[in-house]
Amino acid sequence: MKIGVLALQGDFREHIQAVKMAGHAGLTVRRPEELAEIDALIIPGGESTTIALLAQSFGLLQPIRERIAAGMPVYGSCAGMILLADRILDGTEDQATFGGIDMTVRRNAFGRQVDSFESNLDFNNSPLRAVFIRAPWVEHLGKAVEVLSEIQGSDGARHPVAVRQGSLFATSFHPELTGDLRVHRYFFDQVCVGAIK
Amino acid sequence: MSEAVGTARVKRGMAEMLKGGVIMDVVNSEQAKIAQDAGACAVMALERVPADIRAQGGVARMSDPDMIEKIKAAVTIPVMAKARIGHFVEARILESLGVDYIDESEVLTPADYENHIEKWDFKVPFVCGATNLGEALRRINEGAAMIRSKGEAGTGDVSNAMMHMRKIGGEIRRLSSMREDELYVAAKELQAPFALVKEVAETGKLPVVLFTAGGIATPADAALMMQMGADGVFIGSGIFKSGDPATRAAACVKATTFFEDAKVLADVSRGLGDAMVGINVADLPAPHRLAERGW
Repeated sequence: MKIGVLALQGDFREHIQAVKMAGHAGLTVRRPEELAEIDALIIPGGESTTIALLAQSFGLLQPIRERIAAGMPVYGSCAGMILLADRILDGTEDQATFGGIDMTVRRNAFGRQVDSFESNLDFNNSPLRAVFIRAPWVEHLGKAVEVLSEIQGSDGARHPVAVRQGSLFATSFHPELTGDLRVHRYFFDQVCVGAIK
Repeated sequence: MSEAVGTARVKRGMAEMLKGGVIMDVVNSEQAKIAQDAGACAVMALERVPADIRAQGGVARMSDPDMIEKIKAAVTIPVMAKARIGHFVEARILESLGVDYIDESEVLTPADYENHIEKWDFKVPFVCGATNLGEALRRINEGAAMIRSKGEAGTGDVSNAMMHMRKIGGEIRRLSSMREDELYVAAKELQAPFALVKEVAETGKLPVVLFTAGGIATPADAALMMQMGADGVFIGSGIFKSGDPATRAAACVKATTFFEDAKVLADVSRGLGDAMVGINVADLPAPHRLAERGW
């Protein structure tokens, strides 16, 4: 499989490394021509406003939406989760997303950097150490969205931090920072397989 | 559930999220919004940009908490703020304000001419400046979670940033080519802890994200630093001391992403209006050179 990593801003190198360690070809994507080459896409952690602005400026917003509509598997971590949400809270006034997952995501929901944390959680029924950095959570989700992991927020309620809707998959946390390939492998083996024609 | 805040992984990880981005100096909430709308990945809140600190002289200190709070309220992107070198009380104040990163910065007047802040002890991560590998590793040893190579801040002259990126890169390449039994002497010469020297020799890079700062004024300057191996750039006076800050800011963001694409760089370099006037570093008398602060 040719896995593209959106390389406009953020920790795309760490995702490319994870793709390669899992035995797939990892390609950076900054232009529509590069998007056309790939079977599946990863949207990295970074600053979601910066990534959205650059995607708009360099003609990637619409082509990525079209590929998503056509069924391309996409995985988004942190900023990538925000960019895959149909609706966002606490964004900038006109912040664009690629959308695709029927959910409302709250940006920086766990607080500022001083509140960033690591924690153990159950991901798809197995234990995982996860790193959350100024992380978002899912506030509301549609019926078609499956919750793979959730965690208690500062408001006392439990919030989904890993979700899947069809060929789209998103996490609030950063598996690319912990060197644990299970989350990436879930994307390649459970989400991409079957979705790529 | 074993939750942990302020771990090295969380602090260093925050810097990973800034990579490939531009962090811009802003002095009020209007500038902060312009920076965010232009695609800045973070802003540095301060009362005077380095060019003004240089022009006005006097002791430069941490900014007014009111001003930092206003900027925090105005934008959704991370907000950084500067503390004086060694001024751990300013750092505690900034931490209590919930800033996302503290820059222990030579641009402010140092509070301690021997010691830097003990940074492991804080929940908030720190970025520190360095002119060479030894200085970078000493800062990391004190707990810095991100390094920025120093340039000569407030000049618009990129030559010092270039010199320090070459120096740090060259010293890393030299370590990578050494036999393991030579690393002890290398650590002595670098005045840096052996464990960190060994780690750099093995990985060929710093254990934390490396940005560059000081004297960057154009999209071409930003791209130059990225090609020299920077993970991202700080732009201080270069944006809001120029003729058309919004356009220049957006151009520098694009140049930092497409740093290897000369066509994009040519496009974004068009019609930017006047760059900041600038000062040649060579014309600055030694006591006024900020990059030399830090030990």
